[in-house]
Amino acid sequence: MDRELIVAVSDLTCRYAGAPRDALRAVSLEVRASEFHALLGPNGSGKTTLLRAALGLVRPLQGRAEILGRPAGDWSRRDLARVVGVVPQREENLFPQRVHETVLLGRYPHLSLFGGVRAADRAAVERALVACDAADLADRWLWTLSGGEYQRVRLARALAQEPKLLVLDEPTVSLDLRHEMELFELVRTLVDGFGLAALMITHHVNLAARFADQILILAEGRAVARGAPAAVLTRETVERVFSWPVAIEPFDGRPQMIPLRRHPS
Amino acid sequence: MKFVLLAAAALATLAAALLLGPANVPLGELTTSPIIWQLRLPRALLAFLVGGALGVSGVGLQALVRNPLADPFLLGLSGGAGLGAVVAIALHLPGPWALPLAAFVGAVGAMALVYRLGLIGGAELDPRILLLGGVAVGAFAAAIMTALVSLAEATELRNAFLWLWGGFSGASWTTVLVILVYAPLPLVVLAAAARPLDLLALGEEPAQYLGADVRRLKQLVYLSASLLTAAAVAVAGVIGFVGLIVPHICRLVWGRLHHTLFPTAFLTGGIFLAAADTVARTVVAPRELPVGIVTALLGVPLFAFLLRRWTVS
Repeated sequence: MDRELIVAVSDLTCRYAGAPRDALRAVSLEVRASEFHALLGPNGSGKTTLLRAALGLVRPLQGRAEILGRPAGDWSRRDLARVVGVVPQREENLFPQRVHETVLLGRYPHLSLFGGVRAADRAAVERALVACDAADLADRWLWTLSGGEYQRVRLARALAQEPKLLVLDEPTVSLDLRHEMELFELVRTLVDGFGLAALMITHHVNLAARFADQILILAEGRAVARGAPAAVLTRETVERVFSWPVAIEPFDGRPQMIPLRRHPS
Repeated sequence: MKFVLLAAAALATLAAALLLGPANVPLGELTTSPIIWQLRLPRALLAFLVGGALGVSGVGLQALVRNPLADPFLLGLSGGAGLGAVVAIALHLPGPWALPLAAFVGAVGAMALVYRLGLIGGAELDPRILLLGGVAVGAFAAAIMTALVSLAEATELRNAFLWLWGGFSGASWTTVLVILVYAPLPLVVLAAAARPLDLLALGEEPAQYLGADVRRLKQLVYLSASLLTAAAVAVAGVIGFVGLIVPHICRLVWGRLHHTLFPTAFLTGGIFLAAADTVARTVVAPRELPVGIVTALLGVPLFAFLLRRWTVS
């Protein structure tokens, strides 16, 4: 049986008002249930724009972006938030709040206009916290968390939306080795254990190669390569996209990239 | 629990407002005295409703522009209302409704202008431009207003300045009715926006990913909060500090979630302004202080105390 097609982006071209060139040019992407996709590319290559366009926040100039067969721009934000949970790169915390309050925000797309929080919502919050190994953080204030804990809590909030697709925009920036690995393993576990689809923007070429099923590499708004890690991460492609000499070595059956020194001692 | 407490405090404040005053009303005549029925009761109710409206409006606008310094009057409304009122005074427009109506028109005009400025960057209301536009429109209106006042006769000048500081000496059942008819719609719209406003605190993009229609939310909240403020200005003049400080007090005491924040800010704003008005008309009786002076004198120390308690804990 074919896995459910969740995101279908085809031939997508986007340009921001006043920009000299297209932010995205004829990019295609398909994400199905139980798949972990990684989106690689240098800064300014269009990764976040692709994510925004796929989720209906940027109107495409050409091409189509569909979620569950429906154009992304036709979804109400509330309906879409029940299908796609996003962990954005940045967000503000204007007022102090506790972890369980933050995760409860993930239930808002499920609550009625004037209705209260139901037992089912509390249960979903609890499940999300447990799944993200954050149940013991529930009563902590947000500002007391470490960077790794904070990201797990934000992932739990997205999970509390009970989505079919998780989208993560550079979730491991400024995390140390252990927390970085824990986050990738957690996303992999959610994909394998719950049948979720995941789409992650990251700069970690090697971790993407180790954990993701599919990799899409963008450069200057164009898709340079798309497919399984072993097919995509060749020396030529990586050197061209990131403008740096590298060696590619297999490890555990996956390609791993080793950046070379330009001026060896 | 908090609502029971606040409701009790509201009743106590209103009772005090009925009992206190320069004219001595014997307890036995409380239910029949025209001083109670025609003066103190409508005045206390009006102060309560205006305070509630300003508190709710402040909560909405602070959430909208994501700036704790936002005040209903910071967005140019006081300037517009003041200008409208001064024009009415300068032109000797007749009738009891000329002044409130002119103030309302001025406030709505300023609101429309600021709203239009906020749309300069495209279809999205930009909160930073709203704030800047509010300050600019307010300053512009204040300049014209001051020019008019400087050309006016001495008694007119005094009237204009007293009106600008706000007050309830003109309260009647008619003004109570005006705000009772007018306020419910924006109040309901704001109440319906409570949850999306919680999300907006994360930023506009994260809020959209959690299901908030941010564009429509900003428009609805801005219009509702501004119309509430404009109504308050029309019946009571420019009363500062309530819309700035009451939301902060409520956030410090009862948390930041808007479904509690809106009702607590309504009750707290009402209690605060009804109490301030009672003080304003009794401390220097038979004369009156402008109520805006009392709200500043009472509000600022109270706020400093709460801020200290909050930062210490």
